[in-house]
Amino acid sequence: MKKELGITILLVVLCAMTAFLNHRFLGAANLTNMARLIGMYGIFSIGLGLIIITGGIDLSVGSVFALQGVLLAMALREWNWYWPVAVVASIAGVMLLGLFHGVMVAKVRMQPFIVTLCGLLFYRGLARFVANDETKGFGSEGFGMLRQLASGSIGPIPMPFAILMVVAVVSYVALHRSVYGRYLYAVGRNEEAARFSGINSRTIIASAYVVSMALTGVSGILIAFYTNSISPATHGSFYELYGIAAAVLGGCSLRGGEGSILGIVIGTALLQVLQNLVNLLGIPSALNFSVMGAVIFFGVLVDQVLREQRARRVQ
Amino acid sequence: MSALLELKHITKRFPGVLALDDVSLSVGSGEVVAVIGENGAGKSTLMKILGGVHQADAGEIWFDGQPVAIRQVANALALGIGFMHQELNVLDNLGVAANMFLGREPTWGGRLQLIDRKQIVRDSEQYLRRLGLDLSPHTPLSELSLAQQQMVEIARALSQHARLLVMDEPTSSLTLSETERLLATVRDLSKDGVSVIYISHRLGEIESCADRVVALRDGRNAGELSCGEVSHDRMVSLMIGRKLEDLYVHGTGAQQPRYLEVLGMRTRYRPQHEISFDVARGEILGFAGLVGAGRSELAQAIFGVDAPLEGKVRLDGRELSIHSARDAIDAGIFLAPEDRRRTGLVVEMSVRENITMAGLKQCSAWSLIRFDREAEVARQQVQALRVKTPSVETTAMNLSGGNQQKVVLAKWLSLEPKVIIFDEPTRGIDVGAKAEIYRLMRDLADRGVAIMMISSEMEEVIGVSDRIAVMCEGDIAGFLNREEFSEQAIMNLAVGRKAA
Repeated sequence: MKKELGITILLVVLCAMTAFLNHRFLGAANLTNMARLIGMYGIFSIGLGLIIITGGIDLSVGSVFALQGVLLAMALREWNWYWPVAVVASIAGVMLLGLFHGVMVAKVRMQPFIVTLCGLLFYRGLARFVANDETKGFGSEGFGMLRQLASGSIGPIPMPFAILMVVAVVSYVALHRSVYGRYLYAVGRNEEAARFSGINSRTIIASAYVVSMALTGVSGILIAFYTNSISPATHGSFYELYGIAAAVLGGCSLRGGEGSILGIVIGTALLQVLQNLVNLLGIPSALNFSVMGAVIFFGVLVDQVLREQRARRVQ
Repeated sequence: MSALLELKHITKRFPGVLALDDVSLSVGSGEVVAVIGENGAGKSTLMKILGGVHQADAGEIWFDGQPVAIRQVANALALGIGFMHQELNVLDNLGVAANMFLGREPTWGGRLQLIDRKQIVRDSEQYLRRLGLDLSPHTPLSELSLAQQQMVEIARALSQHARLLVMDEPTSSLTLSETERLLATVRDLSKDGVSVIYISHRLGEIESCADRVVALRDGRNAGELSCGEVSHDRMVSLMIGRKLEDLYVHGTGAQQPRYLEVLGMRTRYRPQHEISFDVARGEILGFAGLVGAGRSELAQAIFGVDAPLEGKVRLDGRELSIHSARDAIDAGIFLAPEDRRRTGLVVEMSVRENITMAGLKQCSAWSLIRFDREAEVARQQVQALRVKTPSVETTAMNLSGGNQQKVVLAKWLSLEPKVIIFDEPTRGIDVGAKAEIYRLMRDLADRGVAIMMISSEMEEVIGVSDRIAVMCEGDIAGFLNREEFSEQAIMNLAVGRKAA
């Protein structure tokens, strides 16, 4: 909890400031919508966080959203697949991509940045090709169950946020309470030493890419139905960077071996609050990215300074 | 001999620790002074003050008869003090000459600052010749052995007109013959009037090269030995403040012969060599040999981290199939590897997490960790091995070398060891902690564990082992029983000569 304290304070301060300057921030509609977005972004951010904890990275997430989105829309609307089959197949397909990345990284020992950068380019191109560069969508009728997942609510709580809570609790237990989680940290810190302790480092690392893509697949469905129309050239672009930013803000180190689920979730929330703040405070929306960039920069800067102070005190 | 360097009454306080308390040290010109002491005695701090990394709280530094202020690393270099650190400070993608002149390259072309390659090569050749090194100035350092890289560092220091060289554990990763070579260079330097401060845990080397020995203990001067007085026992008693009679303990001996049998094993590094041997229960089988003889590779093959191409491993008559470290661990065969920080421990993690790293399943139910049970296991081991750590939650990085080694051991002792392979178990560990590690090894053997110990320290192999296997270029050149132990016999086998 100590490590997440800084970013929690930042989140609270930003919320308080925005609420003070614009009363609509605390309005039911605004809060619900923000929670919905936090849910959709949080799920795949947790996945990315797991990869980052092993010392890896996945840059292909946004392109995977596009590819998965167009294929899902085509399967449902053009090929008339039964929807549960389409959903399961699309998540399984995305997981296969994760398995491919994982094998390339862990067994073939390619650099994760390169493997997934190629994925980013390749899947985006493929998405545009299979969709003929046309926008695909789910129309306005049918698929009630799936629409419900993206746009529905349980009482006041938007469905994606509820799903995020479930995912967060499960991954919290997996990362912080289970043997598997301990191994993730160990291989992220020192893969060789982990191997010398009998941990199958390569399998552990590869598994992180698969688990992450499973979560990406779930998010992908929610995001596809939330936007309802998927333009293959732009759908999901930059999303991997939101995920990485959330993880890093939440205390993950790109060197691996550090980070927590709570931190990642708070990091995601912080990014969404920032987006919201830009809208509500009348900041020109062209500055959207700059605000985000500046806040992430200072967040990580402060964290670094505090960390070095702590290290000095230990010495 | 007039004093070239005098450190007078140096005191240095860190938060909570008095690291140096009124320490004085003088070095004459052309003199080789060895500084000895256990880890934490203050050797490194003293050298860091000399090098400008730390500033003394009190005391003076005199160089060449003048009081001097060394506020940063550049000041020390300007005075003519060169440093050779334990971890080499070279860029291995650059060539020999480029490394020697790094940061002070002669240039031409005015403001363009183009490097004058010809002059660099000419100058570097001159210093290489002076050290008797047959190296091309263009060879990238990555193609040189560690020993050669060290020589390049010495050449660099000489080219900076160093009058005093500080060598911090220069031989810790060298082979015997390379060590000999380095010691000869040290003696030559001193003949040429270059002074040397030589820091080492290896007392044999000090005996052979030092003119004077200065011992530090707990941040204070503990005494000095002049040339004629230097002896192993005296150095040890100065360092630890008492006589060390029971550094080595002998055991009750072998209990069950052929407990571990290794038959016809071929490793990936030495595919053409087959190795066979056996170890009894309760026996410590030492593995001697030169660095690069294939001992660590053999250990890693048996432990499964680098699965062998071929070969059988039998434990207690049962044949094992070992394809990964997990297989070996499940069979009760453990390895305490040579490089603690890289392969022995995850140093950024806590003592607790390191101790249970290999046996986490025992502290878990339904693959969820039972934190209470885990902490209990860790605490028990810390207590049993007397690991000096504030708590089991301390990060392993913050422990001394000896205590880190104990944590590696604790990891294995929390399981049920049948065979433990120690690869250089006391590297970089001070004398006091060494004795403890030896005692632990002997206790384990007496409790029926078969032990293999790889060591490049002759004295250690002879002192600890019940039997010695000497390796030479991938083969076991021969076995020696206790009554045959001698440095000469080991050396003969290690370099491939038949024992006389």
